[in-house]
Order: sequence, then C-alpha cells, then structure tokens
Amino acid sequence: MTFIMPTATRRANRSVMPGFGLTLGTTLLFVALIILLPLSALFWQLGQLGFADYWRIITNPRTLAAFRVTISAAALATVFNACFGLLLAWVIVRYKFPGKRLLDALIDLPFALPTAVAGIALVALYDRNGWMGMLLSDFGIKIAYTWWGIALAMTFTSVPFGVRTVQPVMESLSLDLEEAAQTLGATDFQVFRHIVFPQVFPSFIMGASLAFARSLGEFGAVIFIAGNMPFKTEIASLLIMIRLDEYDFPAASAIAGTVLALALLVLILANIAQNRAARHMSRGG
Amino acid sequence: MVHPQVKALRRRRSLKRAALVLVAVAFAALIMGLPSVAIFARAFSEGIGVYASGLLEPETLHAIKLTVITALIALPVNIAFGICAAWAVTRFRFPGRRVLITIIELPFSISPIVAGLCYLLVYGSTGLVGSYADQYGIQLMFNLTGIVLVSLFVTCPFVAREVIPLMEVAGRDQEEAALTLGANGWQTFLHVTLPNIRWALLYGAILANARVIGEFGAVSVVSGNIRGETMTLPLQVQLLYDDYNVTGAFAAATILTVIAVITLILRSAIESRHPQAH
Repeated sequence: MTFIMPTATRRANRSVMPGFGLTLGTTLLFVALIILLPLSALFWQLGQLGFADYWRIITNPRTLAAFRVTISAAALATVFNACFGLLLAWVIVRYKFPGKRLLDALIDLPFALPTAVAGIALVALYDRNGWMGMLLSDFGIKIAYTWWGIALAMTFTSVPFGVRTVQPVMESLSLDLEEAAQTLGATDFQVFRHIVFPQVFPSFIMGASLAFARSLGEFGAVIFIAGNMPFKTEIASLLIMIRLDEYDFPAASAIAGTVLALALLVLILANIAQNRAARHMSRGG
Repeated sequence: MVHPQVKALRRRRSLKRAALVLVAVAFAALIMGLPSVAIFARAFSEGIGVYASGLLEPETLHAIKLTVITALIALPVNIAFGICAAWAVTRFRFPGRRVLITIIELPFSISPIVAGLCYLLVYGSTGLVGSYADQYGIQLMFNLTGIVLVSLFVTCPFVAREVIPLMEVAGRDQEEAALTLGANGWQTFLHVTLPNIRWALLYGAILANARVIGEFGAVSVVSGNIRGETMTLPLQVQLLYDDYNVTGAFAAATILTVIAVITLILRSAIESRHPQAH
C-alpha cells in the first residue's frame, strides 16, 4: 500500500537521502526517450490517419484473415499452456523425482533461446524431413507450414508464463485444507478442483493472459514454420513487416496499434480479474 | 504393521504420481528439449568441417562482432538505468511513482515488431527526432545506433524489475545510518547499497544480455537488413536460412543456443545460492 507522504517528511527525506534529482532525472529522461516518445509516435501516426482510413485498413480482408489466424493460434497456445503450466508447476512443487532440477531449468529455455533459433529448430523437427514431421506424416498429420505450426511455435515461446506465474503460489499453499479434505474422503481430483485450483486461480488467469499477449506479438519463432501464405498462414506481425517494406507506414501503424491495444486490453482485464478474485478469496475465506 | 488397505492406497497414489510426472516430463522433452537437440543434430549433420566453415564465413563473423558490440553498449546503459530507476522509486516518494513503475514494465507487453515500428516513426529519417538529426547528417536508424536503441527498449525492464523489489524490502535504514555517520552519497551507494543488490543486479543483467543477443523482431525492423553490415546474429541465422544455406544457419544458431544454455545455468546458480536475488 502506498501513501503519499506529507510535504514535511518528503522534504526531510530529500535532505537525508541524496540523489533524488539525479536518479529521477535520469530515469525520466530515459523513459521519455526510450519508451514514451516511440509509443506516442504510434498514436500520433494513428491520429493522422483518421478513423475512416483506419477502419478501411483494419477491415481489409487480408488484414482480417491475419488477425483471425493470429488470435485463434494464440488462443490455442494459451489454453494448452495454461493447463500444461498447471501440471508442470504441480509436479515441480509437490513431487520429488530424478531430473527435477533439469526440468525446472528447461522451462525457462523459451525465454533464453532467441526466437529465430526456436523458429528454425521447430522447422527442422516438423518439416517433411524432420524427426517429428516424418513420424506425423505417417498418420497424415502436417504441422509445418500450416496453422498448427503457428500454434506450436506460439506454444513454445509462451510455456514459461503458464508455469512461472502459478508456481510460487503453489509453493505457498499450506497443506492443512488438502489433508482435511482427504481425511473426509475427498478424491485427489476433488481436492484439486475445490481446494488447490481456487487458490491458484488468480495467478492462473494472469499467466494465461501474459502468454496470450506474448503469442499475439510473437514473430521470430512463428515466421519460419508458418509458411506465410496470405489469408491462410500469415500472422499480424508479419503483415506489419510487409507493409513496412512497402513504406506503407499508415497501414503498418494501424495494424500495430490494433495488436498493441488488444495486448494491453487483455492485460488490463486480467489485472482487474486478478484483483477481484483475490478480494473475493480474502473475504470468503 | 501397515494395514493392507493403506498399503494399496499408497501404491495407487504413487502410481498416480509417477504417471503425472511422466506426462509432464514427456511434454517438456517434446516441446522444449527436442528442438534444442535438433539444432545441434542439423548443424553437425554434414560433419564438423562443414560446421566450422559455416561459422567462419566472414558475414557470420561480422554478425557475431556486431552482436557483441551491441551487447557491450546496451548492457551498461541498462544497468545504470536500472540502478537509477530503483534508487529514485524506492528511496523517495513522489506523485506518479506507481505510474513510473508501470511504464518501466511496459516494454514486456509490447510486441517486438510494434516496438521496431514505433522507433522508425520517431527516429527514422522522416520521423520526429530523425528528420531533425537528418539535417545534421546524422542517421539514427538502419545502423548500429538503431539496433542499440531498440535493444535498450526491449531490455529496459530487466534490471529494474529485479532490483526494485529487493531495495523496497531492504528499506532505507542502512543507507540512512551510513549517511548520518558522514558518508557521502556515492560512498553510501558503493559500500552499502551495491553489496546488497549485487546478485539481483547480476541476475537482471544476465537475462537482459540474453535478450539483447537474441532479439529478432525489433532489430529486424530497424536494422535495414544490410548484408554483412547491419545483421546481428539472429538476423544472420534467418538470412542464411533464406539463402538455403541451412547448415550455415544452424551453425550460427548453435552459438545462440549455447549462450542460452549458459544463461540458464548462471541463472539457476545465482538462484540457488542467493534466493533473494530472484
């Protein structure tokens, strides 16, 4: 909780602690030049465009198709990672098994590995000559250069969000309630459904929305495996790049502004949901 | 003596656990382990000689050099900014403090392509700042400056995010004691604050370093993609791949993979020795 200190204390602070002007000045200058100025330029460009032109660009069939592909693939990746993240976090927090530390370290690989490298690695695995590609083609399943490839790449890059947001909460759970339920005859699934899940729910929502936001903007990992066919496997980020190469700044800005707004909207909603859930839990016990 | 029913219950439970662990490990191996193995398998598929010559191509070497230079510039700036931001935000209370923290975290939620586009709009030759610089013959985009600038954008939250919570929790008492004993600001920072935050600082710097080296989307927008000149290592991977020089692309990718693995090892080493750094 933050209080705004009365002026007297603030002045006293300043006389004891040095460096207020220097550090705040540097921070504000940096934030203004590196973060705020570029972002406001995007809004300025959108303002220049006007709503009619913006709408025309956004409702262009190719743009709409790109949004459909991006959002649907991101949604699948998010649902998968939310569930998979829950499982991984549970296994890491609760069980002991050989190789656990390796598994724990592996989860962060998608954050450490450059996205372009992840992209060509996935292609190497899933194209016609790749290990997985050959295996799956026997069953008539094609992943590389299809919508499924896009979803797979997005899944890879957003794995850590699903796990790392839920894990600390699971670690902090006390076992009392679970043990009480078990002695009263609840099954493992009932314990999970009624005791564990409600407690991790706020962070579960947060992790899922971070994963979704990341997947919306993912570029490097996706473009290698996507096939990049307009109307079919073209993602929004790629379309921004294409418009930029054509020096069509207004169109690029319109698509970029929409992607940005969507990501921020998801995160804001998640924050609200998280706060609500937390308040509800503390009230309801 | 354990009751046979309890025994059976225990066995069933441990079977269930083993099954869950197995599913989790199998998924993790399939989704994250296998791709990293595939990179090395592909890179060495034509023998170590081809691998080495792929790495020693002048364009790839130039890309490595450019990537290292970018990291050498971006990282110190990032650390300095992280410290300044943490000091200002945790040692003082001022209106807009919360907003400032939120803004610092903002780059994490912005798509790299969108970030690159924003930079073109401001610092490109027709942009707000860019057109002004252009009059003096200074080009800010499509060269090292542009690459460093977007790298600063995508990595600016890393150090600050690690240091701020730590300094918040540590409080001001120690620093205030040093100051009342007559130390000046710099002495206080060097001898009191810095030792306390050094692991968090290192932790953030390692993650930021991995991101600077691996950034692809934002850099590809502002680098101009000039062959042999403004290609960082990840861009070079793409260039080689598009040229059908697949072995060369995977050879370059192995360097990046090794850096990623080293990052993870350093990170978990710091985490296990200095849990408060996380």
